[in-house]
Amino acid sequence: MRMTDQKAKFAATRRQALKMLGITTAAGVFMPNLLGRPAFGATPPETPTGRIVVGFSQEPTVFNPLMPRIEVDDGVHFSLFDTLFRIAPDGSFTPGLATEVPSIENGGISEDGLEWRVKLRDDVKWHDGEAFTAEDVKYTLELIVNPNFRSWRTTGHTLVRDITVVSPTEITWKMESAFAPYLSFLADTFIVPEHILGAAEDPNTAPFNNAPVGTGPFKWGSRTAGDHVELIANTEYFGEGPYVERLIYKYIPDLTVLYTQFKSGDIDIIGSQYITPDNYEEAKTLPGKVITTVSTATVESIYLNMERPQFKDLAVRQAIYAAIDKQTIIDALYYGLPTPTETYMPQESAYFNPELPKQSYDVEKAKQLLDEAGWVAGAGGIREKDGVRLSFTNSTTSGNHLREQAQQFIQQSLAEVGIEMKISNLPPAVMWGEFWTQSQFDTAMVGVIFMIGADPDVTYRFHSEAIPAQGGRGANTGQYQNPEVDALLEEGGKTFDQEKRKAIYREVQAKIRADLPFLPLFQNMTVRGRDAGIEGVEPNINTRIDTWNTGSYYWAS
Amino acid sequence: MAGYLLNRLWQSVVLLVIVSIIGFAVLNLTPGGPLSQFALTPGMTQEAMDRIAEQMGLNRPLPVQYLDWGWRLLQGDWGTSYRDGQPVLDVIGRHITATLLLMGTSTAFSIAIGTWIGIHGATRPYSIFDYTVTIGAMVALSIPTFWFGLVGIYIFTLELGWLPAGNMYTIGDGSVLDYLHHLIMPSLVLSLVNVAVWSRYMRTATLDVINQEFVKTARAKGLTERRVLMKHVVGNAMVPMITLAGMQLPSILGGALVTETVFTWPGMGRLFLDSLGYSDYPVVMGLLMVSAILVLLGSLIADLLVALVDPRIRVS
Repeated sequence: MRMTDQKAKFAATRRQALKMLGITTAAGVFMPNLLGRPAFGATPPETPTGRIVVGFSQEPTVFNPLMPRIEVDDGVHFSLFDTLFRIAPDGSFTPGLATEVPSIENGGISEDGLEWRVKLRDDVKWHDGEAFTAEDVKYTLELIVNPNFRSWRTTGHTLVRDITVVSPTEITWKMESAFAPYLSFLADTFIVPEHILGAAEDPNTAPFNNAPVGTGPFKWGSRTAGDHVELIANTEYFGEGPYVERLIYKYIPDLTVLYTQFKSGDIDIIGSQYITPDNYEEAKTLPGKVITTVSTATVESIYLNMERPQFKDLAVRQAIYAAIDKQTIIDALYYGLPTPTETYMPQESAYFNPELPKQSYDVEKAKQLLDEAGWVAGAGGIREKDGVRLSFTNSTTSGNHLREQAQQFIQQSLAEVGIEMKISNLPPAVMWGEFWTQSQFDTAMVGVIFMIGADPDVTYRFHSEAIPAQGGRGANTGQYQNPEVDALLEEGGKTFDQEKRKAIYREVQAKIRADLPFLPLFQNMTVRGRDAGIEGVEPNINTRIDTWNTGSYYWAS
Repeated sequence: MAGYLLNRLWQSVVLLVIVSIIGFAVLNLTPGGPLSQFALTPGMTQEAMDRIAEQMGLNRPLPVQYLDWGWRLLQGDWGTSYRDGQPVLDVIGRHITATLLLMGTSTAFSIAIGTWIGIHGATRPYSIFDYTVTIGAMVALSIPTFWFGLVGIYIFTLELGWLPAGNMYTIGDGSVLDYLHHLIMPSLVLSLVNVAVWSRYMRTATLDVINQEFVKTARAKGLTERRVLMKHVVGNAMVPMITLAGMQLPSILGGALVTETVFTWPGMGRLFLDSLGYSDYPVVMGLLMVSAILVLLGSLIADLLVALVDPRIRVS
């Protein structure tokens, strides 16, 4: 099926291809980066060839990359737009629209972290042919904090002052206070064109938002609402690629159907939410498909609401943790795919602390911990102390069958120890609404990406001033408070030195592991699949979605 | 007649207002909302969510939000989708053609086949044909469409390779033949259930008529059995069918939720599901109003048609 498609595509574009060949050799912009490529013997085609269809189980609908967006929107933005610098799979930054990544060593960031200077490429064009300049960067950074603009995250951007365009290829600004994670936020901030959005009456409703113009490897083609988005190769792209003529993001709402259409060849790459674990064994046997398992930054855990009287006692949290049989949950429910973990930090991160104590499933230890802390069996065998019963509710998204089974399993284990866990699951919009943000839950089973890109800063999740239920402005929904952790997080936020930061965040992980405000279960593993003919696909744990480098995708001929 | 129409219209407006109030209240009083999907976003803070809620006008009192919505609607502004920022009517318009294609084909097909089977069965009650069809209909009605769809894809796509696994057309093709090729499986799966429904109704209606005195009279006049059937039986049995067909109008345009999901058909059913999942209130409200209008319109048309067909029923 694909072969015929490809042939047809190739015939249709031969004329264009010849035309483009002339342009590209003359302009000399076409530089396939062959050095970093795995030696499969395959090389990208000289002109964009063929079509790749990526299937997503959610529909991308937001095309202004500064507005509130979900993972699959990111997936499209990466193809259309560029950031000043990108974040590589190993967590390092590489230049994008900027010519180098600013650091204290190269003078891009001042010693105190307050003065920033970014040098930009001079050979970048917007998809409509206009030149990209520092004015676009200034406009983007200002638009994000414009109170009338419905922007997504503003963290870090609100600290930026005195943006100055020094020249079309150089921009400087000052930070109100030093904020090391800002590099990661910038690596996730796509630059938008001033000459289009700036001219619009209202950037919230500009036509741009449904016909975006970027600098990325692909140009906007068209969108069929409820079905797919079609992008077309940007042959003027300054970076690597693109090697395919058309890139399609196809929306397939049901995971079973998504997998079926992958099997039938209707989609070439099965994107987010990928192949469900129960189909992994079968998928491996599919002819002509490459199936890989890829670790993601999502950590599955049981969040505890630390303001509930049951969870004030460390012994209780330790006992619950000891009574959870992680390995059985992983093996029996998740087909052995995920990796057990003790922290919120992905094990691939440079900041990961490998020396945290390992949890082991031990019912006797759990009982002993509770006995020693004075929690004795009361009515119905449920332990209690000072009038507080060891009983709580666990909630998660209803309809998530794997989580529901894990809940029932944990419920039984806890009952053995004399702890009552009730299950009350809610539809997603309710679960992750105020119930979650305003800490109305007892405990929640939840998969969270704690990292922002590759940055280890978790101030918004664990700082005592980040508790929304107590008037804080972050996302510390477990209401965890530890002054030592607060101090470490503040220190880490303004430290630019990588080694010092490593020490700080390892310490943060150790303290949180000791306090157990949330019970880490495992780090997620996804099963990904693509047609065996596609090269250039590379997972990146530091992005929310797999399609971060579509410019490098190509059909091996 | 004019007075009757005016009266119906007035009743309809009152009904629409009531439906809109209930719909709006139910939607907005449910905990959660359009921002809940951003709650787990890395780096997302309560501060940012509060700001976005403020900008979207989500934290205004509900009656204010409702009146604002209603006032705009009266001026022809159905609002814009939270999901993609497009006007609600555009969003609905883009999905309605897909649904019309699927539901139109399948409804026409199932009415034609269903009525034929119904009449055929009723004129030969308790024959082998009648039994087979009755049992077949029961089976079709009791097996979920989802299952039929997946089995169809398994057999005709994965095993035989005859039909596509879903989608409305091949991206990059989109010719009439391509559309028809993609239309076969979903419309047949959908028809399977509808044929069962229609044949059941038609059988009952025909049996009702066939035992009436005037049918005996017609036979006594010496008319051929064929003429008795076509002129007297079917004509009269069709009257309740017209009402039924009128009631189908909203579901024709409302789409088939399950079928559209299995076959990734970008129609109204999926739009509704997606909008609900996203708490895209403006679109959900738009769909609610459109379907309420269609229900009212469908029953009005059916009533008028019945009056036309059946001289005994004349609106006063």
